Amino acid sequence: MTAWMRSLVAALLVALFGSAAALAQGNLEVNTPAISALKSAMQARHGQLTPYYASGAVGVARDGTIQLRDANAVPLAQRQQVSGLVAAENNDRAALYREIARANAHPEWEADVRNTFGQRWVDKAQSGWYVQNASGQWAKK
Amino acid sequence: MNLRDYRILAAAALLAAAGCVTINIYFPAAAAEKAADKIIDEVWQIQKDKDAAKTPEPPSGTGKP
Repeated sequence: MTAWMRSLVAALLVALFGSAAALAQGNLEVNTPAISALKSAMQARHGQLTPYYASGAVGVARDGTIQLRDANAVPLAQRQQVSGLVAAENNDRAALYREIARANAHPEWEADVRNTFGQRWVDKAQSGWYVQNASGQWAKK
Repeated sequence: MNLRDYRILAAAALLAAAGCVTINIYFPAAAAEKAADKIIDEVWQIQKDKDAAKTPEPPSGTGKP
């Protein structure tokens, strides 16, 4: 009985300090192959999207996506290409939020991850870009 | 240590372990914000504040005429 108790206490203490050490680092796991691939794809696409952020055709939405907010700011010949870029970017972003939640063993965190990113994309947008405020209105930064 | 001490220690460890599990199911907002900032800086290729303040525009030798 005593030996059994002793090993139980030992096991619990090991588990306790193990998880405490992981928590103390205070980081989310974001270094997985899937997340790296998504980051690279988004980085490559960003160069193509920059002129449309600058012209206001594409805006940084509150919900962690980007939106084609003013199609008239895009020459007709390029509209389809821009729509494709926006759709591809939003697909990658959705996958990114899902992968971060999954990499941390909490798939249910996906919506929280998305909200956090939504806020930070807006905060980090360059001045001159259009961002969505809390009430959903577009405003130039 | 006698049996009674182990019982108390076991109960305390169980309580603490249960507390950890409870803490872990909450979304770590600060850690998420840190991770988001790092990823956004990479995707948008934003330089660190210190460098950005010193060199707001990269030198460009291929300006338009």
